[in-house]
Amino acid sequence: MAAITSTVRRSGLLRVVEREAQIYRRLWRSSVFTYFVGPALYLAARGLGLGGLIEANGSFASDVTYLQFVAPGLLAATVMQSAAADSLWPVMGGMKWMRSFHSMAATPLTPAQILAGELCWSSIRVALSATIFLLVAGVLGALASPWAVLAVPAAVLTALAFSAPISAFSATQESDTRFPLVMRFVILPLFLFSGTFFPLSDLPAWIQAAMWLSPLWHGVELCRAATTGHVVSAVAVVGHVVVLAAFVVGGFRWGARAFRTRLAA
Amino acid sequence: MISARQLTKVFDGHVAVDGIDVEVQPGECFGFLGPNGAGKSSTMRMIACVSPSSGGALRVLGLDPAADGPAIRARLGVVPQEDNLDLELSVWDNLIIYGRYFGLPRAQLRGRATALLEFVQLTDRADGKVDPLSGGMKRRLTIARALMNDPELLLLDEPTTGLDPQARHLVWERLFQLKNQGVTIVLTTHYMDEAEQLCDRLVIMDEGTIAAEGSPRSLIERHAPREVVEMRFPDETERLAALDVVTRHGGRVEALAERILIYTDDGDAHVARLAADGVRPDRVLVRRSSLEDVFLILTGRTLDD
Repeated sequence: MAAITSTVRRSGLLRVVEREAQIYRRLWRSSVFTYFVGPALYLAARGLGLGGLIEANGSFASDVTYLQFVAPGLLAATVMQSAAADSLWPVMGGMKWMRSFHSMAATPLTPAQILAGELCWSSIRVALSATIFLLVAGVLGALASPWAVLAVPAAVLTALAFSAPISAFSATQESDTRFPLVMRFVILPLFLFSGTFFPLSDLPAWIQAAMWLSPLWHGVELCRAATTGHVVSAVAVVGHVVVLAAFVVGGFRWGARAFRTRLAA
Repeated sequence: MISARQLTKVFDGHVAVDGIDVEVQPGECFGFLGPNGAGKSSTMRMIACVSPSSGGALRVLGLDPAADGPAIRARLGVVPQEDNLDLELSVWDNLIIYGRYFGLPRAQLRGRATALLEFVQLTDRADGKVDPLSGGMKRRLTIARALMNDPELLLLDEPTTGLDPQARHLVWERLFQLKNQGVTIVLTTHYMDEAEQLCDRLVIMDEGTIAAEGSPRSLIERHAPREVVEMRFPDETERLAALDVVTRHGGRVEALAERILIYTDDGDAHVARLAADGVRPDRVLVRRSSLEDVFLILTGRTLDD
């Protein structure tokens, strides 16, 4: 019995991933569009359609095409959106509606392992959808560098920088009434202004300064460095990673506490 | 198996459990009987190592829940009050995935799941979804799930609340079988018949404290006279008039909203004496004292209050 306990202690989060994967085996078809086809269509429309217009207009002066510029932005923005959605309603479901986290908490799994498992599963899906996105982007000519493979870990880090703190927030909520507000007033503005569709330098200085606090901007910059192969400076890359990692670590600590409190109540 | 000394739980300044002492021995079926809000579920959640105690000492399976929560939970089976079966998984996968939470190998879990579905009579539903199952079936599945890790101690919080009588009896039957196999069972209930049927020993809980402790038989013998006369009257005036006479005749009398209960050693003789004195109730029932009566005598309230 002691052996069982120590195995679970080490691999508890994998057990949670196993459950999610089991559910996903039955549901994956319905998520194909949201996670894979949707972003690819978006990329084609934005990059090819809008890009053509912008480049004909001559207002996008860069040594990469608009498609190559916008693809990493879209990648980071898409994983942010799915990470946010994954850590709002599903967390409420596990805590309150279906109480699946409560059934896990009755086993050797700890609240921190439950959270880690959910985040890990979310990361696996992000890695998968980022890979497919990059394959489509490659076919469309949106990748300018073989370093683009590094956009997958960059996308995962970006997603975690949202899913960790948002899961923590969700665990403190009694109902989902505030969830649409998070999507509307946090996720959407970040989506639009984090250098996703146009360079941050086109914006007023105060918004540029504010975007330093946006995990998405750091994520976009990392993904863009990977897919274009243009690294402004090594310091900047390290800086982006550090900021994103701080969101992940801070969010996870808050989340572990919030899960522990909620599951003990 | 369980030892609690002055165990206390405080929620937001409200004392849910107020210094209780409990000992549970291996192989027994132990019950917490009391109305809703008595502190039974809070106690259970502390024993299940999901909710930390606010004070006192608690040992479960000889270990300290604060330090060894996961190790203790690995050896417990828990049937919660609110069903939390995984609606996104099939009946079968509910058992397997839950077993995986304990780190048990799949091959072993498959054998166990087959046997347990048989045990709770759900074999034909194995591949089905959970949601269409009836309340009784869901509860049986939850019991099967709690047994996936072959627990040394099975905790059930209100195992038959919300079930119809037939479904309750099916659950009781399964619990009886487990008890005969030597599984230590701890349950909470606000049904006195459930406590009488299943428990070797129980505590009566009220407002976070323990009002009495013993076997169902000994509690009744100790706290209640042998028989109870229940009288109902056509209207309030007659009830109050009768209450006067009944009180004068002595014995322990409890005046409830619609009934008068008289505790006595010989119910029929008592009824005859009251009739001679002009007490003419609509309906009279003479019955044996039950745990419900013990609770009423000790607290002045009924279990469904």
